Amino acid sequence: MASLSLRNIVKRYGVGPKANQVIHGVNAEVKDGEFVVIVGPSGCGKSTLLRMVAGLEEISGGELRIGDRVVNDLEPAQRDIAMVFQNYALYPHMTNFENMAYGLKIAKVPKEEIKARVDKAAKILELGHLLERKPRELSGGQRQRVAMGRAIVRQPQVFLFDEPLSNLDAKLRAQTRLEIQKLHRELGITSLFVTHDQVEAMTLAQRMIVMNAGNMEQFGTPEEVYHTPASTFVASFIGSPPMNLLKNAPGAKPGTILGIRPEHLDVRSEGWAVTVETVELLGAERLIYGRINGEQIIVRVEEGTHAPQPDAVIHVVPRPDRLHAFDATTGKRIPD
Amino acid sequence: MVERSPYLTAFSHLIMVLGVIIVGFPLYLAFVASTHTAQDIVQVPMPMVPGSNFWQTYHDALFGGGAGAGSTAPVARMMWVSFVTAMVITVGKIAISLLSAFAIVYFRFPFKGICFWLIFITLMLPVEVRIGPTYQVVSNLGMLNTYAGLTVPLIASATATFLFRQFFLTVPDELVEAARVDGAGPMRFFKDILVPLSRTSVAALFVIQFIYGWNQYLWPLLVTTSEDMYPVVIGIKRMLAGGDAGNEWNIVMATALLAMLPPAFVVVVMQRWFVKGLVDTEK
Amino acid sequence: MEKRVLFRSAWLPWVLLAPQLVIISVFFFWPAGQALVQSFQMQDSFGMSTEWVGLDNFKALFEDPGYLASFKTTAFFSILVAVVGIGLSLILAIFADRIIKGAIVYKTALLLPYAVAPAVAGVLWMFMFSPSLGVVAYMLRQSGFDWNHMLNSDHAMTLIVIAAVWKQISYNFLFFLAGLQSIPKSLIEAAAIDGAGPWRRFWSIQFPLLSPTTFFLLVINVVYAFFDTFAIVDSTTQGGPGRDTSILVYKVYHDGFKAMDMGGSAAQSVVLMAIVVVLTVIQFRYVEKKVQY
Repeated sequence: MASLSLRNIVKRYGVGPKANQVIHGVNAEVKDGEFVVIVGPSGCGKSTLLRMVAGLEEISGGELRIGDRVVNDLEPAQRDIAMVFQNYALYPHMTNFENMAYGLKIAKVPKEEIKARVDKAAKILELGHLLERKPRELSGGQRQRVAMGRAIVRQPQVFLFDEPLSNLDAKLRAQTRLEIQKLHRELGITSLFVTHDQVEAMTLAQRMIVMNAGNMEQFGTPEEVYHTPASTFVASFIGSPPMNLLKNAPGAKPGTILGIRPEHLDVRSEGWAVTVETVELLGAERLIYGRINGEQIIVRVEEGTHAPQPDAVIHVVPRPDRLHAFDATTGKRIPD
Repeated sequence: MVERSPYLTAFSHLIMVLGVIIVGFPLYLAFVASTHTAQDIVQVPMPMVPGSNFWQTYHDALFGGGAGAGSTAPVARMMWVSFVTAMVITVGKIAISLLSAFAIVYFRFPFKGICFWLIFITLMLPVEVRIGPTYQVVSNLGMLNTYAGLTVPLIASATATFLFRQFFLTVPDELVEAARVDGAGPMRFFKDILVPLSRTSVAALFVIQFIYGWNQYLWPLLVTTSEDMYPVVIGIKRMLAGGDAGNEWNIVMATALLAMLPPAFVVVVMQRWFVKGLVDTEK
Repeated sequence: MEKRVLFRSAWLPWVLLAPQLVIISVFFFWPAGQALVQSFQMQDSFGMSTEWVGLDNFKALFEDPGYLASFKTTAFFSILVAVVGIGLSLILAIFADRIIKGAIVYKTALLLPYAVAPAVAGVLWMFMFSPSLGVVAYMLRQSGFDWNHMLNSDHAMTLIVIAAVWKQISYNFLFFLAGLQSIPKSLIEAAAIDGAGPWRRFWSIQFPLLSPTTFFLLVINVVYAFFDTFAIVDSTTQGGPGRDTSILVYKVYHDGFKAMDMGGSAAQSVVLMAIVVVLTVIQFRYVEKKVQY
């Protein structure tokens, strides 16, 4: 277990004037034992960032520390990390036991110790009866657990997860998410978890790094990211349905974008005039899609309230303590 | 296939049986010939059923002796030479090609493209088109009449390298990454993961190369002049001195069958991998 | 195609490639270069001095009726081998495709010639056709046909064609069978529903879909006939009678090792190399275009 420190991490492909910089200076201090999620859309650089921490990609600039060691130039095996891959990356010709034991075998850990560790991991992950089988005989969820077992037995300082749930079906995803949380509670190992799914991020993270096009937009707890997003990107990325970002909201200052979440708009007899376009009935709630001053706006209401018809005009009032203001040019949050 | 016509099915079987007969007849005849004495065969037409000279003929073939006009070298020794040659070529080729393909696929280094093309070009140079000078080189290196001379010039062709390269390209990148995270260096990865995964290709190549090595004719013809270094396929030719009557055909036929046995054995036993591998190699 | 993930090492790839590179330099490129150089030279009768004669050897070659005859012989031979070999194997493959019971037995039996060395194949067929004691020769003579491949060039050619085709049947058969079995059954069933009988179905569906395989085997068989048949010729006719079955590759051997004409033999080798290059390029361009790496 150790802290993880990223100082001005930069990634460039190629050299000289034609070089393509894809990660522009990420700064983050991860505490010992913390579970940090790196979240962002496809192509934002989150996997690249993780792979740089792992040592699978070279770090073009900046400093990476694990514990108190600078590890920029160390091979993955020397960084005392373990990784769980999106496609499990299990060695098909070895048994599950051998898969989990491989790293330890290379590190010349004595056989009895290897067996002890593998058995213990297998117990935590409920894999005991599957150890002598080969990966191809297992289901996706079981394979992912073997992959996690392989990471656990290394007893590393840092766990790295590269979108491990993306290949699982929805039900399995939810289940495995709980297992990962349980694991973290039990083992308490510093973890970096990459995903594109903001629900996973919100549920698993103690803190999260929100990335967009190579930039770290915000690094904070789920609460902070939800209640005080640092930019329009974070505001619209986190939360479903996404936050309304209005340039022409009534009463807004010019040059600012007003942000208000659909769940923080109340339908009243007076207020902002919204022309209804469609209504989605989702069981426990309803989403009203409408237009205000030419822009789209989404309003969330409880089930049981009266559903307006298309072309009707309703009035919504934003909750005053839930309004956000962003600079229209930079997209950055304007402090309250 | 679609019609369940028993007529058509019977006809198909008939054709297949005919095919097998045509293909198998020479082999059957050879067997029959090997069980008679030379005199029996020279009487035209020779008998079509096996005779009683089986043990004597094979004994003469294997251990030499016999009174033929051509070479009467012991076939047992020749089988051994063929076997060693074929095994060295097979194992050597597979080992060298695995290493080369590994280097080409998994490393980046200057002149990689050139090396790749150099190896590719050798596909276009079967030994038959450069016999003169290759012979000179082997002779200059003092490798005539040696196992080295029989095998080394044939050990580095490109087909195997390409087959492995093609296969390596289908191995998922993540396996390499997981191995790196586990602490495996390149050679460890090669030994523990890549080679075990290549089992099928290796098996297919084993069959193809063993037969190739065992059946080599032109090259051994040039580099061996002493009887104790003849592979069996050369030996058989040397048994035939001009004029049919002078040859001991029963021994020749026995030798032919003996020469056929190991490759046939390898083919039949490894048929499953071999057929798949052959079709996949060329496609 | 490059893999995204690579190992880093300055020296290891060279070590791994070294065996192959060393061997192909010493035993491929150096001799090939030598052949090229020698083809431009002429040795005197004692092998004492060599002089540079430019393209003379090549000119002499193409003016030599013997060489041109060898070209013709080889072309004729390879066409025959390819056509007969492909035709026979196709027939066998078609009928094998229809059979489920006993298929393994037939397949194994038909696979055997692949295991037989070309030299041995030559000897076997020569044994059967030997004018004095061959069984088949005997039967032919009984029906009034005077077989003698030692004197009659057509007979000699027939003999080596038969031996060569016999050897290739396995290979062609395998590929045709694989090709037939990769044709979706649904196509054939659709045609049957449309009323096409087996003969019709073959010509309008199976044969066209087999054309890549056929073309591929055509190239392979021609290459085979050009180069891998040396042993068959040497063990049966030794290029005879006279020089009538002296295919190109046999002539290279004969001129270089029996007649000791190094310059001429080298020139022939160079010509053969050029032919192989052309054939290989054809093979890779047109046949393996479909292969994705």
